[in-house]
Amino acid sequence: MSDEVDLGRRRLLLTATSVTGAAGVAFAATPFLASWKPSARAKALGAPIEIDVSKLEPGAMLKVEWRGKPVWVVRRTPEMLKQLDLATQFLLDPNSDGSKQPAYAKNEARARKPEYFVVLGVCTHLGCSPMAKFQRDDVTVSADWPGGFYCPCHGSKFDLAGRVFKGVPAPANLEVPPYAFITDGRIVVGSDTPQAA
Amino acid sequence: MANPSYETTSGGGFWGWFNARFPLDKMLKEHVTQYYVPKNINVWYLFGGLSLFVLALQLITGIFLTMSYKPAASDAFASVEYIMRDVEWGWLIRYLHSTGASAFFIVVYLHMFRGLLYGSYRTPRELIWIFGMFIYLALMAEAFFGYLLPWGNMSYWGAQVIVSLFGTVPVIGDSLAEWIKGDYFISDITLNRFFALHVVAIPLLLVFLVVAHILALHTVGSGNPDGNEIKKHKDANGVPLDGMTFHPYCTVEDVLALGVFLILFCSVVFFAPTLGGLFLESPNFEIANPMQTPPHIAPVWYFTPFYAMLRAVPSAFGTQIWGVIVMFAAIVVLFFLPWLDRAPVKSIRYKGWIHRVWLAVFAVAFVILAYCGMKPPNPPFPLISRICTAVYFAFFLLMPWWSRMGKFKPVPERVTSNGH
Repeated sequence: MSDEVDLGRRRLLLTATSVTGAAGVAFAATPFLASWKPSARAKALGAPIEIDVSKLEPGAMLKVEWRGKPVWVVRRTPEMLKQLDLATQFLLDPNSDGSKQPAYAKNEARARKPEYFVVLGVCTHLGCSPMAKFQRDDVTVSADWPGGFYCPCHGSKFDLAGRVFKGVPAPANLEVPPYAFITDGRIVVGSDTPQAA
Repeated sequence: MANPSYETTSGGGFWGWFNARFPLDKMLKEHVTQYYVPKNINVWYLFGGLSLFVLALQLITGIFLTMSYKPAASDAFASVEYIMRDVEWGWLIRYLHSTGASAFFIVVYLHMFRGLLYGSYRTPRELIWIFGMFIYLALMAEAFFGYLLPWGNMSYWGAQVIVSLFGTVPVIGDSLAEWIKGDYFISDITLNRFFALHVVAIPLLLVFLVVAHILALHTVGSGNPDGNEIKKHKDANGVPLDGMTFHPYCTVEDVLALGVFLILFCSVVFFAPTLGGLFLESPNFEIANPMQTPPHIAPVWYFTPFYAMLRAVPSAFGTQIWGVIVMFAAIVVLFFLPWLDRAPVKSIRYKGWIHRVWLAVFAVAFVILAYCGMKPPNPPFPLISRICTAVYFAFFLLMPWWSRMGKFKPVPERVTSNGH
């Protein structure tokens, strides 16, 4: 046996202890970090909801709350559906290739049934809620306005199918949530199938 | 038999007994009565002390506000109204706290500008600057978390915008934003969490950072408007020839400065606590409504320069993360200032016109950005914001080149008192 300190062994033990300790700290931190995730109650409150649209007038918009976000249901008139074509020239993503929507809403009207437009009223820029500006040529937006939605926070514009304009801060079309028709006048939001609510 | 006595430098009695067990006397000497400050410091050197005062004010008023405030979505707005109307002197405590938040940023911005003027961040004071930048970051976090607490509509939508910034991160963005909120939207859960961060976590961090900032300062010593070092010329006792003790010389100055500051501060608290919507925004007198965005969202004035930068950058490649990157880069670049400045002298006094013009243009661009950030995003503001954002970054990123240019005057060995 030598009296000299084995520095190599000491370094190895130090490293091994430090690594084990660091792993322990990581494990101990996990419950604290995970406690920030949505709780069981928050998840339960975020379940799908049912909306009655049978009394919605043509051309009118209904706002309901789902997961704290405004969900809009617009009953579009044939006139409003024609305005969609007027808007095409201004659009960044007319075919919704870079936008969020279920497969059944990836069409020009961005809807299961063109008459009913269901969309999250949350600007894809930074989460403000855009305003309804359905009127054509509404000068409060612009002289050649084809009708749609205008975000007052940062000036983003969307057409009547929530499709984003070119040259505005928002990068994508408004998000269409999963939804389904239970009957002609009842919609479930938050689920792709009619029975889940 | 008496206890074995301890030899102390502080003599006998209770004072000696105490100091043999706790270094109070040593600390007072080191940091107050025998800490030497350059004799030529001017009015720009008052804002550090004022920041410390405002920190104390915020801590004290904050503690009293928590005694009546309820951090729940259903109660928060009403509890703030309760403080304003029913709690004895509650309105004063709240207005001191809300005005204190803005005052904190005013004195901190002036304190930072002093650093730019006189090169306070240069060797050997890099760490002081870096601790200071962490204080600035913590202060922004503190202000942001605190702004949600009144649960007004601007509180709500301001938080919504800022949390969405994290949602722009590719791949993990959505779950990251959800993790921060603890829910699918800004809810009671988010409010409760922000309360904990605002009242416990960030204040602890702030106090720790302020201690580190001051300890680092007292290790290397205070700078001065001449940008030379008073420690180079000491008398036989090791006392800097151009130094004066912090107490009583600086303490008296700081108390005078505090008097002037309080006249201005109290004028706002008593006569214009909202300062025309600048310190307290009018949509915040309405309760938070997740269904209704205020017609125009703008953060409080101290965030608006960075907010203008965020809005100045258009989205590209299907994401708006570029604006977010620019905004955060604007803060990150500040940390590197000690290594970006390559001028042979520290102080603006001995630099040429190139430096003066750059600093002036930078300061003006920053103020214009602050103004643009308050305005709706209509022409001409986006264009002006883009130009000023470019100026902001040019100031820092081109500094390694322009800071070496121009004529420099020789820096005197000893401090001067004749000013600019």
